[in-house]
Amino acid sequence: MSDAELVPMPMPSLGADMESGTLVKWLRAPGDRVERGDPIAEVETDKGILVIEVFTSGTFERVVVSPGEKVAVGTVLAYVRPRAEVDHAPAAPPASAPAPVPVPAPVSTPPTTLTPVTPPSATLTPGLRPTPALATALPPAPAPRASATFVRASGLARRLAGEKGIDLRAVRGSGPEGAVLATDLANVARAPEPPAPSEAATPDARTKPQSTMRRVIGAAMARSKREVPHFYLGHSVDVGAALAWLAAENEKLPPASRYAPAVLFVWAVARALRKVPELNARWDGDAAPPLPDVHVGCAVALRGGGLVAPAIHHTDRKALPELMAAFRDLVERAKRGGLRTSEMADGTLTVTSLGDRGVEWLLPIIFAPQVAIVGVGRITERPWVRDGTVVARPIVELTLAADHRVIDGHRAASFLGTVGELLQDPALSLVASKEAP
Amino acid sequence: MTAYSRDDLRAAYLAELARIAPEADLSSLDPAADVREELDIDSMDVLHLVTALHARLGVDVPERDYVRVTTLDGAVAYLATRLGAT
Repeated sequence: MSDAELVPMPMPSLGADMESGTLVKWLRAPGDRVERGDPIAEVETDKGILVIEVFTSGTFERVVVSPGEKVAVGTVLAYVRPRAEVDHAPAAPPASAPAPVPVPAPVSTPPTTLTPVTPPSATLTPGLRPTPALATALPPAPAPRASATFVRASGLARRLAGEKGIDLRAVRGSGPEGAVLATDLANVARAPEPPAPSEAATPDARTKPQSTMRRVIGAAMARSKREVPHFYLGHSVDVGAALAWLAAENEKLPPASRYAPAVLFVWAVARALRKVPELNARWDGDAAPPLPDVHVGCAVALRGGGLVAPAIHHTDRKALPELMAAFRDLVERAKRGGLRTSEMADGTLTVTSLGDRGVEWLLPIIFAPQVAIVGVGRITERPWVRDGTVVARPIVELTLAADHRVIDGHRAASFLGTVGELLQDPALSLVASKEAP
Repeated sequence: MTAYSRDDLRAAYLAELARIAPEADLSSLDPAADVREELDIDSMDVLHLVTALHARLGVDVPERDYVRVTTLDGAVAYLATRLGAT
């Protein structure tokens, strides 16, 4: 049995806009048996606090990074001894770390398409930004470092504190587990202002530095626009029947179980990907073979700016009630923290909507290395010819941005047309409630 | 049924709104303003708000009435009517 056979667990990259993360806390202790997909740590990034999952079943062997440490993407956080080894290994030493804390049950099936030692990021961002190579030899475990400098805080509070020059360590947090919220900063005095630089020392005094999230989103989108040959298709769809069905269902349901129209689009996109699997793929630098599982990403705008696009695993296999529950949970955690690494990394196609903001149609940029993105506009009453008569109908504009290296317009049109057909299917009430085989 | 005053309903509404928009200064919220515009609240947030009000007060706001709880004044009036508040 050698340490070289241990599996390193690196700080994952959760997208092109992540360069580093701060370990908030370990959810399991050395010596614990872990199953692939178990939550094992919380990490704070510009996108909030995310839950990291373990990608190898076995024993949580050794901690390398302590709570409070900020480390670069790819840095080994801990080591896991794979199960095959565990069976022959001596009994694990007694846990020296605090007892594990309860964590919520997983809301999605652990990923099945990733290799055990590969962080999800490796499949998410090839070519977008070099990821530090993973360590192949075990470094000596460092002595635990004090975490006195780490302050639990929301992403917005951290950004505001940075802008205002407030030391978060001096702020009493009112959020969960004492986390500092933006509202806690209202009455906090600023840190002493440094001497103002002279005009000569400031090339452009009007220039305000961009936030890290804004900068890296910009870089990723610029690269996608530059390197991915986008083409766009649009399709107007009468969603009157679908909305009528949703309204009738919602009349019977308590608020906690009601549907949002957005989930219908996610549902239809996931099912259409089965018919046109070429769009359920990621560009690997040379090709984009269709992926076996459909994990539709849902773009969610964050309060305070920025966005994330976590995925609902096996979207196409979920009946509408289950899908709505997953969608609601995902949006909730995207806004308030608690997304899981697999959700951030596994998306195979993204759906984005600006209908809430009154946008009637949009031309989104592909979230590379995915090869397509679907835009959903605002549902509006419009004149519509039906059976030879002009009537007012609720119409939505669907757009598709697709990678021309992977698919041509003809097949892409088939995909978008299928989405439209599903939304207008008179048997929607039957198919939507059934789990797909 | 629990008896609620209008002040109770106002406090309950603002408390749930604060969970959705924790960074907002609700003490300066215009009671007649649409919170969707004032606080950048989207349709999923509204659904969350309605769900939270249902759990907290026992009032099931049907979908057609969502628009009636998108201002503080409107929500207090609507909830008061539904609950027979004083």
